Amino acid sequence: MTDLPYIIGSYVLVAAGAVGLAIFTSLRLGRAKARLQAVDKRAESRREGLQ
Amino acid sequence: MDASTAFAGRRPPGRPPGRPYGRSLHRFANPGRFLRLAARVQPWLTWPALVFTLAGVVGGLFLSPADYPQGDAVRIMYIHVPCAVLAEGGFWGLAAASLLSVVWRHPLADLAAMEIGPVGATVTALCLATGSLWGRPTWGTYWVWDARLTSVLVLFFLYVGHMMLIRAFDDQERGYRAAAILALIGAFDLPIIKYSVNWWNTLHQPASITLTGAPTIAGSLLWPLALTMLGMGLGFAALVTARLRAAVMERRTRGLLGAQAAAA
Repeated sequence: MTDLPYIIGSYVLVAAGAVGLAIFTSLRLGRAKARLQAVDKRAESRREGLQ
Repeated sequence: MDASTAFAGRRPPGRPPGRPYGRSLHRFANPGRFLRLAARVQPWLTWPALVFTLAGVVGGLFLSPADYPQGDAVRIMYIHVPCAVLAEGGFWGLAAASLLSVVWRHPLADLAAMEIGPVGATVTALCLATGSLWGRPTWGTYWVWDARLTSVLVLFFLYVGHMMLIRAFDDQERGYRAAAILALIGAFDLPIIKYSVNWWNTLHQPASITLTGAPTIAGSLLWPLALTMLGMGLGFAALVTARLRAAVMERRTRGLLGAQAAAA
């Protein structure tokens, strides 16, 4: 099967691209969520302090 | 600054608040509402994407027969064609978001365009790479400057140009506007890609699946392709939704920090 390297190469490339995008996106989403929660919490405690 | 006012700066000058320019269009402009809806939709995109893609890949690699003239090289089709469809579909989405931004100033449209860009560019690069790897055993060459391949390469440069332009200005609004205009002009490349195989004599074969006619592919080769197209399409949507959620959260964080700094 002489086409095997081309087939494996294609699937590995697509898998690497998809996994890379998924990892990068989930890391970014987790970071954004944590940061927003922290800022939200700080704003809330400041509001409570003012009251 | 609360969720409903986080995007207040994007309202066109002179336009009153409320429902001035299409209520349904702006229903999801509220970041809180968008984040709630997107978080609910996200697993319904992600898990079916994984299941359908995996099923299609297993079907394409192990269950479908080899093609008579191409042999096993046809198995590259199961990932190349979805990448090609998503590369074009992604740019249609980018152009639609740009139109929403330029004409209706939808607050989420610029963010959507910004987040579609990198995913679309990756998919287009994968389309070119897998096409090249498919071309070597079937055509005897990795690359030819024929109309289809060249117009897809132009699409890749349009994605990259959009990503660079949207971040190129200190004033973010100018970046959004310039990138939106590039996307709207660049959308003219999409019909060129589609009809390039009909208009010019190309090495790339004409479309085997069309919306209007019956497919010219045998059913035994078609079903894994349908599964990978569905799975990878849902995966594209899941990635863009997740990136958009992150972008909205980042914008809200910046807004809250700005309000806190102003109040201090």
